[in-house]
Amino acid sequence: MNEVVPASVPVDGLLSVAWLVIVLPLAGAALLLLGGRRTDRWGHLLATGTVVAAFAVALACTLALTERAGRTVSLDLFTFIDTGNLDVTAGLLFDPLSAVFALLITGVGALIHVYSIGYMAHDPGRRRFFAYLNLFVAAMLLLVLGNSYVALYVGWEGVGLASYLLIAFWHTRPAAATAAKKAFLMNRVGDVGLALAIFLMFAQLGTTSYAGVFGSVGLLAGGTVTAIGLLLLLGACGKSGQFPLQAWLPDAMEGPTPVSALIHAATMVTAGVYLIARSAPVYDATPTARTVVLAVGAVTLLIGAIAGCAHDDIKKVLAYSTVSQIGYMFLAVGLGPVGYAAAIAHLLAHGFFKAGLFLGAGSVMHAMDDSVDMRRFGGLARKLPITFVTFGLGYLALIGFPFLSGWWTKDAIIEVALDRGGWSGWVLGGVAVLGAGLTAFYMTRLMLMTFFGRPRWEEGVHPHEAPASMTAPMVLLAFGSVAAGFLLVAAFPLSGWLEPVFGEPEEAAHLVSPLVVSIVVTVVVALGALTAWLFVGRREVPTTAPARVSPVVTAARRGLYADTINESLVMRPGVWLTRALVWLDARGVDGAVNGAAAALGGGSARLGRAQTGFVRSYALGILGGAVLVAGALVAVTA
Amino acid sequence: MTDVPWLVLMIVVPAVGAAVVAALPAAREALARQLALAVSLLVLLLAVLTTVAFDPGGERFQLTTSVAWIPDFGVDFALGVDGIALSMLLLIGVLVPVVVGASWRDTPLPRPGRPARSMTAFWAWLLLLESLMVGVFAATDVFLFYVFFEAMLVPMYFLIGSFGGENRQYAAVKFFLYSLLGGLVMLASVIGLYVVSNSQLGEGTFAFDALRQLEIDPNVQKLLFAGFFLAFAIKAPLVPFHTWLPDSGAEAPIGGAVLLVGVLDKVGTFGFLRYCLPLFPDASRDLAPWVLVLAVAGIIYAALLAVGQSDMKRLVSYTSIAHFGFIALGIFAFTTEAATGAVLYMVNHGIATGLLFIVVGMVIARGGSRQIRDYGGLAAKAPLLAGVFLLAGLASLALPGTNSFVSEFLVLIGAFPTRPVFTIIATVGIVLAALYVLLMYQRVMHGPPRGVLLVDEDGAGDHDPADHGAGDHGAGGGATAVPERGAGGATAVLEAPARARVLAVRDLSGREIAVVTPLVALILVLGVYPQPLIDLVSPAVEATMSDIGVDPGGSTPAAPGSTGTGGTD
Amino acid sequence: MTITNYLVLAAILFTIGAVGVLVRRNAIVVFMCIELMLNSVNLTLITFARSTGTVEGQVIALFVMVVAAAEVVIGLAIIMSIYRTRRSASVDDVNLLKY
Repeated sequence: MNEVVPASVPVDGLLSVAWLVIVLPLAGAALLLLGGRRTDRWGHLLATGTVVAAFAVALACTLALTERAGRTVSLDLFTFIDTGNLDVTAGLLFDPLSAVFALLITGVGALIHVYSIGYMAHDPGRRRFFAYLNLFVAAMLLLVLGNSYVALYVGWEGVGLASYLLIAFWHTRPAAATAAKKAFLMNRVGDVGLALAIFLMFAQLGTTSYAGVFGSVGLLAGGTVTAIGLLLLLGACGKSGQFPLQAWLPDAMEGPTPVSALIHAATMVTAGVYLIARSAPVYDATPTARTVVLAVGAVTLLIGAIAGCAHDDIKKVLAYSTVSQIGYMFLAVGLGPVGYAAAIAHLLAHGFFKAGLFLGAGSVMHAMDDSVDMRRFGGLARKLPITFVTFGLGYLALIGFPFLSGWWTKDAIIEVALDRGGWSGWVLGGVAVLGAGLTAFYMTRLMLMTFFGRPRWEEGVHPHEAPASMTAPMVLLAFGSVAAGFLLVAAFPLSGWLEPVFGEPEEAAHLVSPLVVSIVVTVVVALGALTAWLFVGRREVPTTAPARVSPVVTAARRGLYADTINESLVMRPGVWLTRALVWLDARGVDGAVNGAAAALGGGSARLGRAQTGFVRSYALGILGGAVLVAGALVAVTA
Repeated sequence: MTDVPWLVLMIVVPAVGAAVVAALPAAREALARQLALAVSLLVLLLAVLTTVAFDPGGERFQLTTSVAWIPDFGVDFALGVDGIALSMLLLIGVLVPVVVGASWRDTPLPRPGRPARSMTAFWAWLLLLESLMVGVFAATDVFLFYVFFEAMLVPMYFLIGSFGGENRQYAAVKFFLYSLLGGLVMLASVIGLYVVSNSQLGEGTFAFDALRQLEIDPNVQKLLFAGFFLAFAIKAPLVPFHTWLPDSGAEAPIGGAVLLVGVLDKVGTFGFLRYCLPLFPDASRDLAPWVLVLAVAGIIYAALLAVGQSDMKRLVSYTSIAHFGFIALGIFAFTTEAATGAVLYMVNHGIATGLLFIVVGMVIARGGSRQIRDYGGLAAKAPLLAGVFLLAGLASLALPGTNSFVSEFLVLIGAFPTRPVFTIIATVGIVLAALYVLLMYQRVMHGPPRGVLLVDEDGAGDHDPADHGAGDHGAGGGATAVPERGAGGATAVLEAPARARVLAVRDLSGREIAVVTPLVALILVLGVYPQPLIDLVSPAVEATMSDIGVDPGGSTPAAPGSTGTGGTD
Repeated sequence: MTITNYLVLAAILFTIGAVGVLVRRNAIVVFMCIELMLNSVNLTLITFARSTGTVEGQVIALFVMVVAAAEVVIGLAIIMSIYRTRRSASVDDVNLLKY
């Protein structure tokens, strides 16, 4: 295998224990799950501790990595599967890309663990919750740190399991149980794509390690690479809630809010972006697949933004916003080398502000007796000052308020899209700008309905600010929301740090000057926010959703009919097919077996009638038989 | 150590144990089961010692014993194991003690008008079955294999027919006749082999190693192959020969069902690999596409049927049919990776589905019903039970980290280069696997308490306590569910009828924990570090592959740059 | 003297016996007819033994006689016990062993 990818150097020192990053949270999960009620009192602290420790190790490893030439280390742990031509070594790849992900996962993960200590303080299943969270962190770290597609796949399904467990955490609620199942199944559809991509790599290249695949992917025929690219994309779509597999993500909000923040906003759902960015050499070799990535990103961006405008459930609005923002990231990675760094920067910034927003939403729900209906909120700014400020900063960062995180990272993506040139560049850029406007609309609507206006609270609700263990992470994440964009784009450009992975950042000639882009985007965002104010800020918000609305609003409320389509195209025919097959198996296949048995039994019963019990008829039979045999003998010998 | 006849011991010890247990008076049930446990543990020890004595890098067949049995027909009592057979012996060694533990408190269904059956017979049949199962995998004489193959039916027939559910007679007879039909067709092929060997070697023989060297005319091969294939396709049910399994699996006592699906049916897939491929290489290659059609059709068809089942034990049986499709796919893809995966699948499926059956049995012991609709919300009452249930389910859907993933992954990745279309269809089956597992899990474990968990306040709606093992479910059922709430969470909704209360369900007892722990540990260990097992079976798989003319090292890949992934034929 | 006469005689005896077995109802008579058939076979055996000059035929005839003697003992005992319970020696009355 000729290794084009940065040669890995033998590992020594601190980096040789990089596996601790994964093992620590995994051990935490195992201890909590096996320890039973004995760990009830201190289990959550242990779980938080393991993630904090993992963050420390990840940070130390990243610092150690900066010292190394090539900034890439590969760490082989043990032989996982070795038979025939297949040789899968369990190993880690610690390079700038996995490092930033490891930091994001452990960093945001640690904050959300801390937040959960307060959020889940009175839940009888707290230990279980923290065990699952730890399991998630471990699986997610495996996903980003693995050095082969198989390791990625193991982590990939591991986070799917953790996501399933956490969405169904309050499993006595049928809605939560169903949402969890739906999430797992739609993810599995994507997983089929990922699995087939791995099979295809093995069939064509004889290896599944990143180094091996990227080293020789250039030798493959175009069609094969495109197939691999599209199959990987299917996997990415499933995990990241992208079109056409986006319907599970809003339903996943049935899980506890910290879960929504960590898994369904900051980390797991961005795994698809990681997969495509990690597979950059594959996509570099197939413009077709890359164009499909672009299309998926653009379509999802709009779907998410439109659906987000019409929902009244605060978490669902944020979920659709996540769908839409990941659409931006797909759009960026679909643009190729110029977009990778922008996508990862947006991913990190999004990780901060969206996690912050979700935690804020959790704080609001905490205050409002677990209500999520924004029509029954209103006027919370004064009651929940810390939440309001942190949430507000996250909001500004998300819509791209100048000089906050989103402004830096989203504008970068829009610029790259426009730089693509030609009609496709204008279309993609236009979609991205339109998406920014819609984002401003639905987020402003959310802010206005939640924090401003007259209180429309249910009777008996007395909002109160959350405890410090919940507000502290929100404050920290708010800092991230404000500063991350500037740090990642301007101060310490991420594109430079990621150079060993994606190559030298190109200084593209801009077709449209960045300043113009910035101004246009800001104006569109302002327009979106203004429209929202016209709709919900200026007039009274009804406490029940208006029933008579335009078809557009109806469509948006139903998530652009994604569920309807899934149900009518997959679920109902599936149920029908299953019933038909059960009938066929019982009547047809088993019917044939039982029918044969019955025919045999019936036939023998009929033949048995010949046994009359009269000795002399038997004697006649014997005589007839003997004569027949004798006759036959005569005939044969004659 | 190699001088000790380990394999003979592994057959004789449980057989003697069976005889001793059978000789006990019917009233000594407690002693009988203790003896059964002791004997099965002894066999496990023997299996481990056998593995120690086995040298993975050595001869193909080791620990061989051969005694002339019917010299006139060249029949030898010949035993020997390769890595594949040895892994199955280990599986038997592990599963039987677990089954003994799982059946510890089983009681046969009451018989109207007659005294209840004694469980002593159950333990005796179980040990006899173990002895015969060891024999069938250890035999290296085709005739001896056939004898064990058929003899195995007898104890299983009695396990199902005497100790099964309501419809046990029907299931037992169906199982017996269906298997016997296949076995007799195989007998014809066995005799055919003898005739061919007689004409080619001048002296008839049933020895596997001699038969492997025969050069059989391709058309004759096809006929002989068909005979073996039918027997094995019935045993490891491939669609459309599968309908006996759901009946047997549903009616058999849990212990019987575990051994039936976990080990007995593996004789079928083992037979494909041990007999069909090496003895009839040309026929195997020619007929492989048709076998693969059955295999892949089975994966999808049985998975869809599993989704549609309302009976938990039937559901698990159907999942097994789908899994057997994967194993057959791995065997008939003719690559080392896929065949290794298939062998691993045989072991892993026994562990994972065995655990699933056992856990389902524990649920049934608590609720007294096999119907999914009679359950709901168990997870809140018995979290440990729910956890093990979920783990078994996840192993069944081949989640990475569980043992099944390794085998399913190997089968699919190994089959893809030679059989891309079949593999792609089979891969879709993993979505269906997730569907049937999660659907069952959600209906039984999630949601508000339902079904057997609820009784009317006056107790009138209590279900029939005469059901199988119903004595297990919570006697102290006064625990009215307290709505749980999390700080930020919702209140648990109780959709209970107005005057109902929620029964307390006992979580796993100490015995039950002891029963599931070995399987849970194996699922996780083999899921993370399967290489020792792979090293054990690889040489035998490679030998099989070279028997059918596949270069063990050269099945893949196509040279980089070529798009075609043509089949081998 | 040819063997034909002996064989014809044997055939006639056999036919008489066979017809007797088929048409008579009395168990004793049926029994005697069976003896007649056996003896016709014996006659055939002896005839061939004589004509070929070997002893096998005679040996087999002796065997048949011995077996027939044993059969008579058991058969008569059965007929006796049936007669005792059912007060009838007709074979058509003993038809319980049927489908």
